[in-house]
Amino acid sequence: MSQPILEISNLHAHVEGNEILKGINLTINQGEVHAIMGPNGSGKSTLAQVLAGHEAYEVTEGSVRYRGLDLLELDPEERAREGVFLAFQYPVELPGVNGMYFMKAALNAVRKHRGLDEFDAADFLTLVREKTQVLDIPKELLNRPVNEGFSGGEKKRNEIFQMALLEPSLAILDETDSGLDIDALRIVADGVNKLKRPDNAALVITHYQRLLDYIVPDFVHVLSGGQIIKSGGKELALELEEKGYDWVKELSREGTVEAV
Amino acid sequence: MRDEIQREEMLEQESVVERFDKKVVDQEVIDKVATEEYKYGFYTDLEEDRIPPGLNEEIIAIISAKKNEPEWLLEWRLKAFRVWQKMEEPTWQNFEYGPIDYQGITYYAAPKSKADGPKSLDEVDPEILDMYEKLGIPLNERAALAGVAVDAVLDSVSVGTTFKKTLAEKGIIFCSFSEAVQEHPELVRQYLGSVVPSTDNYFAALNSAVFSDGSFCYIPKGVRCPMELSTYFRINAANTGQFERTLLIADEGSYVSYLEGCTAPRRDENQLHAAVVELIALDDAEIKYSTVQNWYPGDKEGRGGIYNFVTKRGACRGKNSKISWTQVETGSRITWKYPSCILQGDNSIGEFYSVAVTKNYQEADTGTKMIHIGKNTRSTIVSKGISAGFGQNTYRGQVKIMKSAEGARNYSQCDSMLIGDKCGAHTFPYLEVKNSTAQIEHEASTSKIGEDQIFYCRQRGLSAEDAVSMIVNGFCKEVFRELPMEFAVEAQKLLAVSLEDSVG
Repeated sequence: MSQPILEISNLHAHVEGNEILKGINLTINQGEVHAIMGPNGSGKSTLAQVLAGHEAYEVTEGSVRYRGLDLLELDPEERAREGVFLAFQYPVELPGVNGMYFMKAALNAVRKHRGLDEFDAADFLTLVREKTQVLDIPKELLNRPVNEGFSGGEKKRNEIFQMALLEPSLAILDETDSGLDIDALRIVADGVNKLKRPDNAALVITHYQRLLDYIVPDFVHVLSGGQIIKSGGKELALELEEKGYDWVKELSREGTVEAV
Repeated sequence: MRDEIQREEMLEQESVVERFDKKVVDQEVIDKVATEEYKYGFYTDLEEDRIPPGLNEEIIAIISAKKNEPEWLLEWRLKAFRVWQKMEEPTWQNFEYGPIDYQGITYYAAPKSKADGPKSLDEVDPEILDMYEKLGIPLNERAALAGVAVDAVLDSVSVGTTFKKTLAEKGIIFCSFSEAVQEHPELVRQYLGSVVPSTDNYFAALNSAVFSDGSFCYIPKGVRCPMELSTYFRINAANTGQFERTLLIADEGSYVSYLEGCTAPRRDENQLHAAVVELIALDDAEIKYSTVQNWYPGDKEGRGGIYNFVTKRGACRGKNSKISWTQVETGSRITWKYPSCILQGDNSIGEFYSVAVTKNYQEADTGTKMIHIGKNTRSTIVSKGISAGFGQNTYRGQVKIMKSAEGARNYSQCDSMLIGDKCGAHTFPYLEVKNSTAQIEHEASTSKIGEDQIFYCRQRGLSAEDAVSMIVNGFCKEVFRELPMEFAVEAQKLLAVSLEDSVG
């Protein structure tokens, strides 16, 4: 029996006075890939931001346990150092901030937190070389200022690259597929698959089924109106693709909500 | 010969690239920055030789006599003083400050052991050396390793100049201003006041009347100065003003890179600093002048701090000459400073790269003037202003293209960054174009550090403080790139320290 990494129970969250999450329940175990699908405005990105600790979102009810810790008690940087990684839907630009330097500082913040020796430049470059080979991502991306002037695809690949360097226990991918052409999508998905280990887990948030052709989830959840209204295996994604979100909304209105 | 120089330049550029790779590593120093508000705020108890406060012709005569100056220099001082008395303090700047009591200031204070002048570093008061240790100045053996020749000016006099011998072999003169007056009076007389006339402005006139010491540098024809020259200024004594004067001459075809750093102890009263720097570049000469200014900025309520009124100007007298100013201004309660270039020689180049940080109640009104006189003269202005707390930051710049300046070009970029919502950024660019062939570009931007940027960094494991320091350093990169390596690291550390507690 694998260990739970994340246990969300009855999570409610507000932003600017509007309740967006209305009682989310979700458990993710080690080695699992979960996909969250849902129509626009269903609360997918809010869930990602709340898990990462964005201060604009206020949690009003419920709890989140992460590897035995009360996740909601931790600052965003503490969550990151504990192994929670968010691949942003819209990665921000940091003009003039060298990507290598940025990631070396980030990696060392994580290593320091875990009582490991900090990496010097040589260690770090070795790690970068190793990861670029695995991921088929040009390391030139890291020599440029973080995301500055990057194309949409480059930004997303850079997120995956950062994820590879930080080796998180829980990776949350917030619509990483949006705005990607099919080749970029394949590279991103390939990266996620290669980073999968028995002791980590991923939460893949997506609007389209397309990404799940490449990242095969163990579980699929449908989020609508701030609640998970249906959960199932990977075949649920296909069913959704076929029948559309109206089908699940219909289900939820009829009150036949199935939660796992 | 020319090929050789070009090759040397290329090599140098390569090493710069290497240095910047190294900088990625060095930047981690920032992480270890001390937590003090102003870490140079210590005070060293030294025996002083000081004259009574006040300003009149007699005081000026005493200063001149103490320095054993020739008659012409005393006359020069007195002339400046007489004009100064009739001048009015400028009021056009974008800040206000309490009245300065010019009669309450002591115009000359020197550590007493200097009375007969130290012959070598061994003779310098160990307490002074200890103080420089605290400042992290490589004054003694470490200087050799760092390859930096240092002239340190404490209060009013120069404490010691390292590397004089190495430099002398190349014919380079690098010494205190007082020494130059004794040893090289002809050079001093020829160039003193030739760029900044003794009556140029209120504070320059005051400086001309009472200046106590400073640095002098002469690079002979065709000589490329083999090391960075450096001066550290420090105000130590209470109730004194510091009025140093720097004169730097680069003869035909020579090159020099000059660094200047400043600190002062924490005191509740305001202290006046009014310096003058004159640079002269003859045909094909190049001067690179870098400043890291970290005078005491006052406390969180705006009490105390240095009033910094500085006149810096360089003359590109010769054809193909170049003067480049780089400044990082993090200290002082108020800063009034416009390092400028007079581009007289054809094809001459003027550059101004500036980072100015104001926090708490600091106010800075700084910028540059580029006066294009010669043909095909070019100038570049890159100004980065950062305001936090209640800080006010003003860029004031003038680009003047004279009728004779056929084909002149200027590029100006003024960027402001705001941290918090109680600070301000202001930009006053003046343009005066009298030749229609001129090309002028001006870009300006104002940004706020975004919460989304900070959140992004924190999500990667960095603290909010580190995130801000990183974002600000990224913002200033175009300027830091112009600084010599050692200074770039220092500047980044300073920025991190001065912006601590600005967020959250």
